[in-house]
Amino acid sequence: MTFASIIIQLLNGLAAAASLFLVSAGLSLIFGVTRIVNFAHGSLYMLGLYGAYSLIQALGRTPMGFWTSVVLAALAVGLVGVLIEVLILRRIYKAPELFQLLATFAVVLVIKDIALFVWGAEDLVGPRAPGLSTVEILGRRIPTYDLLLIAIGPMVLLAMWLLLTRTRWGALVRAATQDREMVGALGVDQAKLFTSVFFVGAVLAGLGGALQIPREPANLELDLSVIADAFVVTVVGGLGSIGGAFLAAVLIGVAKAFCIGIGTVNWFGAEIVFSKLTLVVEFLIMAIVLVVRPFGLLGKPQAAQRIAADPAPPLTVPSWTFVLIGLALLLVVPIATDRYVTILLTDIFCFALFAVSLHFIMGPAGMVSFGHAAYFGLGAYAAGLLLKRAGLPMEMALVLAPLVAGAFAVVYGWFCVRLSGVYLAMLTLAFAQISWSIVFQWDSFTGGSNGVFGVWPSAWLAGKTTYYYLALAFCGAGIALLWRVLFSPFGYALRAGRDSALRAEAIGIDLRAYQWMAFVLVGALAGLAGAVYAFSKGSISPSTISIAQSTDGLIMVLLGGVETLTGPLAGAAIFTWLRDEVARRTEFWRAVMGLVILAIVLLFPQGLVGGLKALTQRWREARSWEKTV
Amino acid sequence: MGKDGMSAVLQVEGLHKSFGGVQAVADVSFAVDAGELLALIGPNGAGKSTCFNMLNGQLAPDDGIVRFEGRDIVGLKPRQIWRLGVGRTFQITATFASLSVRENVQMALYSHAGRLRSLLGRFGRAFTAEADALLGQVGMLDQAERPCGVLAYGDLKRVELAMALANQPRLLLMDEPTAGMAPKERVALMELAARLARAQKVAVLFTEHDMDVVFSQADRIIVLDRGQLIAGGTPQEVRANPNVQAVYLGSSH
Repeated sequence: MTFASIIIQLLNGLAAAASLFLVSAGLSLIFGVTRIVNFAHGSLYMLGLYGAYSLIQALGRTPMGFWTSVVLAALAVGLVGVLIEVLILRRIYKAPELFQLLATFAVVLVIKDIALFVWGAEDLVGPRAPGLSTVEILGRRIPTYDLLLIAIGPMVLLAMWLLLTRTRWGALVRAATQDREMVGALGVDQAKLFTSVFFVGAVLAGLGGALQIPREPANLELDLSVIADAFVVTVVGGLGSIGGAFLAAVLIGVAKAFCIGIGTVNWFGAEIVFSKLTLVVEFLIMAIVLVVRPFGLLGKPQAAQRIAADPAPPLTVPSWTFVLIGLALLLVVPIATDRYVTILLTDIFCFALFAVSLHFIMGPAGMVSFGHAAYFGLGAYAAGLLLKRAGLPMEMALVLAPLVAGAFAVVYGWFCVRLSGVYLAMLTLAFAQISWSIVFQWDSFTGGSNGVFGVWPSAWLAGKTTYYYLALAFCGAGIALLWRVLFSPFGYALRAGRDSALRAEAIGIDLRAYQWMAFVLVGALAGLAGAVYAFSKGSISPSTISIAQSTDGLIMVLLGGVETLTGPLAGAAIFTWLRDEVARRTEFWRAVMGLVILAIVLLFPQGLVGGLKALTQRWREARSWEKTV
Repeated sequence: MGKDGMSAVLQVEGLHKSFGGVQAVADVSFAVDAGELLALIGPNGAGKSTCFNMLNGQLAPDDGIVRFEGRDIVGLKPRQIWRLGVGRTFQITATFASLSVRENVQMALYSHAGRLRSLLGRFGRAFTAEADALLGQVGMLDQAERPCGVLAYGDLKRVELAMALANQPRLLLMDEPTAGMAPKERVALMELAARLARAQKVAVLFTEHDMDVVFSQADRIIVLDRGQLIAGGTPQEVRANPNVQAVYLGSSH
């Protein structure tokens, strides 16, 4: 690399960092005050980009039209943020924090389909910034717009700093970030504060998106890819630190730009395609930072906080009659019903094991994972690749696949158990995103975006009914194993560690080792679910590792209720069935699912099974009260 | 102050800790014998908690030696120190809210026996008698089935005490054992702890704000002020010490 190209890549990276910083700063701000991990923040970015595209078309490609559009798009996204806060989140601030998360997932689904409806599925390429050409630096032409973006980052940082340190609003935000209850107790109108914070955070996301219009086409995948990037930046920079977000955005933006700039290099005969390693580099930076500074570059160790703050109620074992009746019914299904039900139930078995393994780690073990699909997908790919590339028999591939997923969990889990709470959740998502990008980009081995085809079970298992029983046996055994472990000394130690890490340590429990082991166990079983799923479909695509798959799992668990054992089963069944039903009827099934989830969140803040339990409890109490009267 | 150091269960020599230039604990030395109750008192910010957290491995001292039964334990993790035979209760109770009272104590017993790593056995089948015996000692047996999450604060303190005694410690560290309790309960709880400790020859070091508790239960008292030990001795001696009176009553030095 010449000196000139180094400078060029540096400028490229800094230009990309600007938007990354804006989004992450907004995310950090909202989390600091409301303690909500706004999963829809990437969606707001996406709306900013689409909004700017349409506004420029309406207002004309003049400098005036362009910049007015960018500002208007950002403000409009701010109003969307206000709507989300006022219509949805404000109603559930008292619900467990995981439920607020579920609500923001639902918003992601709804916004995606609104964008699909308004702007269509095609990528939209925006105009260059009018009136700005290029400047020559060291003999290369650089868009003036990029230089402008580089300046905007620090300007926004300065503006945020002034806003936070020099205004009353900023003082309130900083106070609420430190101690939300106290600010409430001092008589500050929290509703107004939260709404305004959402507005500012959403404007930042919208601005980040709108400013990218000359550099990046608007597309429907941005919501989740941007949120993954924003999580990485937030984790690296330190949650709640705006300066840290800036530093991290610059670091990651520049590192990525260099990867793209280096391109393909031949080292000792091996061809290394650096431009495909952008996500891996992002991951490496994050891994190093987290090992050296577990709370990010400028973050401070946070007061011990779990995502679910209320003490969890004791777990009860599902009754044997319930389990046996359920099993008996499932055994006769293929005889009593048609092929469609058999196939749907096979899917449900896979997702049920997936959801139960996620529940295990996020409920009793107290480690919320935003990236559980990593293990599901890696299990699916391991099964497919062992069959197609290694030429193993299907039975062997099915048995070995969970071990491969478990092996990845050994590595990922080692990092994850060093963190807790939101940091841990964001890290799991980052790992899932890394796995996805490797699978997606490694065409020659994994089939890239097309995936792997012809992953069919051996002839004696190929019948839909036979495979149904195989799925029931494997997934059922996996679920039974996980439930059993929950009531073992090991499972109790995990629950104890979730309840009080301090006390667990004080009675000799090496909590990290237990949590690591739990990670590996659920990773392997999620991998089993993925392997069973792969052979039932005959093909695997990268979507099995996608963030969307991870959030599906979270929705299943939260829908059913994280505090009961059977909740994830109900959640997996209802979600899979509902998605199937809705997807057959409308292209906009995501929006429908999102609205259904929102309705459930607003009506049953304890999850479906939890809500039903509470209802029957109330009914019983009312009856016993009537009797005594 | 300080008795013959050689036979002491806990022996602290020249403990130092500063936070960014502020000396939180400076040159603190003391010892506790088996069956003895030593109270560590001092005004707010005197360095009691810092001192305490260095003894059980939560904080690393800048300098000094902490010996438990003759062995230097500086640098060990809390869980390793517990395994040597040091029990601990916290200023703000730390119990397992979703587990029952009995299961909380059983957890400590399982851990002590090294039996928590089993993935397939059923937790709770072993050590029920031992757990109930401990719960009986602290008067919590009648609530053994209730989850800790629903207990009254004073009862949680008793559960903590039972858990702290589960590994038959030779040293018990109690950080503000009666904080947050009603005045009547305070003396009762400390009396209970003192009785159990003396019966089992456990050395006890405790910090405490409630002077009734301190002067009625402690065998000896040491007084910390601005990181330094300013007095030590029997309750009578400490009560009569002019330095202590100055610190607590605010008369001039």
